[in-house]
Amino acid sequence: MFDTLTQRLTRAVNSLRGRGRITEENVSEILREVRVALLEADVALPVIKGFVDSVKAQALGTEVAASLTPGQAFIGILHKELVALMGGARAGFSLRAEPPLIVLLAGLQGSGKTTTAAKLARWLIERQARKRVLLASTDVRRPAAMLQLERLAGQVGAEYFPADSGTAPADIARAAAQQARRGVFDVLIVDTAGRLHVDEAMMQEVREIDSAAEPVERLFVVDAMAGQDAVNAARAFSGALDLTGIILTKADGDARGGAALSVRAITGQPIVFLGVGEKPEALEPFDPERMASRILGMGDVVALVEQVQREVDTDEAERLARKVATGKGFDLTDLRGQLEQLQRMGGLGALLDKLPATAAQQAVSPDQGDLQVRRQIAIINSMTPRERRQPGIIDGSRRRRIARGSGVQVQDVNRLLKQYLEMQRVMKSMKGGRLRRMMGALKGKMPPD
Amino acid sequence: MFGRKREDTAKEPEARASFFRRLGSRLNRGSAWLGLDLATLLGGRRVDSEILAELEARLLTADVGVEATEHILADLGTRVARQELADAGALSGALRTAVTEILEPCAQPLVIDPERRPFVILVVGVNGSGKTTTIGKIAQRLAQEGASVMLAAGDTFRAAAIEQLGVWAERTGSALIAQQAGADPGAVVFDAVQAARSRGIEVLLADTAGRLHSQSHLMEELKKVKRVIRRVDPTAPHEVLLVLDANQGQNALAQALQFHEAIGVTGLALTKLDGTAKGGIVVAIARKLRLPIRFVGVGEQAEDFGEFDAGAFAAALVEGAGAAGLAS
Repeated sequence: MFDTLTQRLTRAVNSLRGRGRITEENVSEILREVRVALLEADVALPVIKGFVDSVKAQALGTEVAASLTPGQAFIGILHKELVALMGGARAGFSLRAEPPLIVLLAGLQGSGKTTTAAKLARWLIERQARKRVLLASTDVRRPAAMLQLERLAGQVGAEYFPADSGTAPADIARAAAQQARRGVFDVLIVDTAGRLHVDEAMMQEVREIDSAAEPVERLFVVDAMAGQDAVNAARAFSGALDLTGIILTKADGDARGGAALSVRAITGQPIVFLGVGEKPEALEPFDPERMASRILGMGDVVALVEQVQREVDTDEAERLARKVATGKGFDLTDLRGQLEQLQRMGGLGALLDKLPATAAQQAVSPDQGDLQVRRQIAIINSMTPRERRQPGIIDGSRRRRIARGSGVQVQDVNRLLKQYLEMQRVMKSMKGGRLRRMMGALKGKMPPD
Repeated sequence: MFGRKREDTAKEPEARASFFRRLGSRLNRGSAWLGLDLATLLGGRRVDSEILAELEARLLTADVGVEATEHILADLGTRVARQELADAGALSGALRTAVTEILEPCAQPLVIDPERRPFVILVVGVNGSGKTTTIGKIAQRLAQEGASVMLAAGDTFRAAAIEQLGVWAERTGSALIAQQAGADPGAVVFDAVQAARSRGIEVLLADTAGRLHSQSHLMEELKKVKRVIRRVDPTAPHEVLLVLDANQGQNALAQALQFHEAIGVTGLALTKLDGTAKGGIVVAIARKLRLPIRFVGVGEQAEDFGEFDAGAFAAALVEGAGAAGLAS
């Protein structure tokens, strides 16, 4: 397997460390690594060329502060350039337009437009208090595409504009826009069929949908796993529609997401949102600072904290926090709850992705860790409720039974019980502010802005 | 187009040739690639390292990837240095040969063994790669060849995925086994294999929900589907077909590796080659994994879907539509 972009850049810059300063000679060595790394991240070649040139000019021209190592200085330059390329500032979304706010989604087949339409509707309803959102599908081609949007509308609490697949897409869009105005909707989201940018007839169709719906926001939906050709698609869609923004989908995978850089550079429009999962709530506002930090091996600690907040049931967390604070009543059922939460967040692998490269390398292999977590859950599942409440009663005979029941060795059961006792000991010693201080220390490790 | 064991593997050269003509023209739609402007690029110049650097850029732009590109160019570079490749023709010929050599071991059409009844094809891939459409196209081809086909709606997660497959079942006259949304995909596929067996169906195509290869719990679910199929028929699934979108970049290699590691992929289908994406990632995958490439899709029509042929693919990629006739 290829190294991740993070590892690659970390290594490239590490090779610079100890050389004292950035020279014409050693910078080109690193820039070559940067170029390869960006290519493997699927950043488009023309975009890389411009990026590498401006990084080089800055690296050579900048006085390296005496207190900094050249490596840190170089990372600083890369970070700044990446942020500049991806938006420079937090991207916006025009919520101040007079209602109904009409949004058009367009993109290639399979980029995730329909799922994104539902996610966007949910975000507007739940986060932005736009109560009445109407979803309309103009995809008369893909079998059951309209039904898919109708079902999703129901799931996210939006209304669906019913249309017949025999109707022309532009007519559906026009009728939906009228309905949105008449029905006093806050927002109308128009989904379109996936289309190839070289398909003239289909590109004409989307232009017609555009003029029929008269949207304020025209968003290009692009797969984070897209390759070099993303620039061609982006250029063509940008030519056909006056794009106002980009949504990067499937960003929860391990794709390095170079498409984000390329599409941003080609269209000149901001990346507004990231799709980060299959559920309707898996939509995050795009933050170039964070994305750049993640690319540069600084990890995405902010996203990690946000994800933990999102996935963790707050009531459950508070109940647990009380137990932790008093050091009393934390039993094996609670431990199992913790382990299950870890699994829900996509396992250790997903969490490690968000940590700085150096920290992630020191951690256990995610597969082994996840296996361990699964095993520990199985062991706890093989206990009786009383055993989970009072682990003290688990004697040798019970241990053997539990091991048999969960298909592990007695030693594994012993290890789990020992871990539990250790956790309890730590919790008792950790009263009140300790945990908060630890989080504070973690924040200090975040990349500087 | 499907090979059948112990049957006459009567290929239809005409149909194949026309498919590759289509492939050739589709691959070069939009911006021209290597072939069309290789002559312009050379423009009477001598083949030198500068031109090799330009070729490198073009291979990279086609998503061939850094490693495979370096591999291809290392050899070409040596030959250019020895002045074996003096003109454009020789250079593009050598490039085509190099790509063909990488792809050749992977050009293995799917052979449906009539002894295996039902012949179970499990179709997997990331979200939006084109699994359901690929199933529809395979079913259409099989139906045209007179085979009895059943579709299993194993994507119980995505809204209306079952109905989407249902439309394809109707269009192709295939049987459909489905449960309600949210049902256990293993249970659906289990039912389908049993039903296909009792009805004497020849080919069962099992759809699955799209999943990112990095999500371990979803990969576990896939492993379970495979285990469950094995309980009905220990020899099944007879094909685990990974569907890859040609628009995808280097991440497709990670997809192939991880799906393969999880459930043992036995074949690839490369979809959406009709855009300007060149699907060069298939070269990188072929080099790294040597997985059989079963099908390529170059359009939305059923006839825009065919077997993978290494020489023709390389020719279409390197030299454009004119060379694709070499396929027959």
